Amino acid sequence: MALLRCRGLRKEFGGHAVLDHLDLTVAEHQVVALIGASGSGKSTLLRCVNLLEELDDGTIELDGEDISDPRVDPDRVRRRIGMVFQAYNLFPHLSVLDNITLAPRRVHRRGRAEAEAQARELLDRVGLGAKADAYPDRLSGGQQQRVAIVRALANSPRLMLLDEVTSALDPELVGEVLAMIRDLKADGMTMVLATHEMGFAREVADEVCFLDAGRVIESGPPEQVLGEPTQPRTRQFLRRIIEAGRL
Amino acid sequence: MTLLDHVPSEAQLRRSAYRRRQTVYSVLVAASSTAALGTLLVIAVTGAPGWDRVRRSFLDPEIARDALPTVLSGLWLNVRLLACCAVGALLLGLVIAVLRTLRGPVFFPVRALAAGYTYTFRGLPLIIVLYLLTLGVPGLRLQGMPPVLVLGGIALVLTYGGYLAEVFRAGIESVHSSQLAAARSLGLTYRQTMRHVVLPQAVRRVAPPLLNDVVALQKDVGLVSLAGPIDAVRAAQIATAQTFNYTPYVVAGVLFVLLAIPLIAVTDWVTLRAARRQSGG
Repeated sequence: MALLRCRGLRKEFGGHAVLDHLDLTVAEHQVVALIGASGSGKSTLLRCVNLLEELDDGTIELDGEDISDPRVDPDRVRRRIGMVFQAYNLFPHLSVLDNITLAPRRVHRRGRAEAEAQARELLDRVGLGAKADAYPDRLSGGQQQRVAIVRALANSPRLMLLDEVTSALDPELVGEVLAMIRDLKADGMTMVLATHEMGFAREVADEVCFLDAGRVIESGPPEQVLGEPTQPRTRQFLRRIIEAGRL
Repeated sequence: MTLLDHVPSEAQLRRSAYRRRQTVYSVLVAASSTAALGTLLVIAVTGAPGWDRVRRSFLDPEIARDALPTVLSGLWLNVRLLACCAVGALLLGLVIAVLRTLRGPVFFPVRALAAGYTYTFRGLPLIIVLYLLTLGVPGLRLQGMPPVLVLGGIALVLTYGGYLAEVFRAGIESVHSSQLAAARSLGLTYRQTMRHVVLPQAVRRVAPPLLNDVVALQKDVGLVSLAGPIDAVRAAQIATAQTFNYTPYVVAGVLFVLLAIPLIAVTDWVTLRAARRQSGG
């Protein structure tokens, strides 16, 4: 059963179509990696799924419900979706613990003690238990991004959207964030991740989608899309990536 | 930080010695230039042909002593009015700023009213607002009219609320949209996002200019005396009229500065802390 089904998505910015009749289906427990050049529509797709952008056409279904219907309450939809951003977007005025417990307490109306206990447990699991009372600006980029992932997980989402979560990190910090995503996959989390880490996409994704000019041009198992691409645009993109030493 | 067992090199020792000599030299230069300027000022002022007359009519210690109690009791009015008006104007400004950010067609009249308010009261001179409220409103002869002092306070709150609303709005708009996206993606409603994510960051960021406006308000609260209540400046004016001596004004001026010093010190401290927080980490 498909958890997420996008059909004919279109999004324009200033007369330019960033998404152009894009189709994407994600099954439960599946990990889908979106690859493609900057501006190919990866981030816009994720933002549309989280209803942060208004669609210009097409439908998005989550658990069989049409969430692109304007009568749907977007806040209720977002509670079921966790999103992690490239620039972490932690709240600088709140401690790590308060960042994580904000949504459980305010959105899900849990008690402070219960929310904090859950947050501490999640932090312990990713080795950040000692940082619970620190403020985000005292953490390394990798630690901040792991806190951002924990913050999204504290809502117990059905689906996680990861938008180039390692692109802003120093190379030696990428590994700790990728390890966390690997663990999420092992736990059966459904994820859509936009990434430039081809090696990681190959390892963790069940399906890789190559986006170009707002469409999915090629999709399939990672070995096929990354190993034997059939589309010339995909080949050209991968060749450039290899030349840049990123594969 | 150097390690405890670090032995500075020959070059570092020479540099340190040079910097120490430079520091001593700088202090000496500053001291002598200050002394020179001070001496010049004293000679210029006290050597002026009219100095004796000015000293008698502006700096008479006896008249200062006599005027102090009435000026002080006037100042007490300023302090009380300032406290009430500052709280009122900050609250009004915050509410107006938040109203201006509301989206959706339902809120169009609210947005329009809030925008109209900030345009009107930032443009209207305070004195005119004061006259309209303290002289015009009582003229309506309505039942239960508040005293002139309260009406004057309302005029101050309305005028300063307009300025403070714009400061708050600048703060709200300075919070990056990625913070809103993060909050909304967690399922927080627009109101929760404002309350828990945007406003705390906005208020922290604009605290220095807000306090600066409170310092300005401190000087303007005295204008209620135009409608009758006797504040420090009005008390000084009355004392001056009785003695034909301007010393009471100087007394009032000194008291105002003394009153402003703690506020300005707090403003500087908050500014410094905000700057540190932004650059630190």
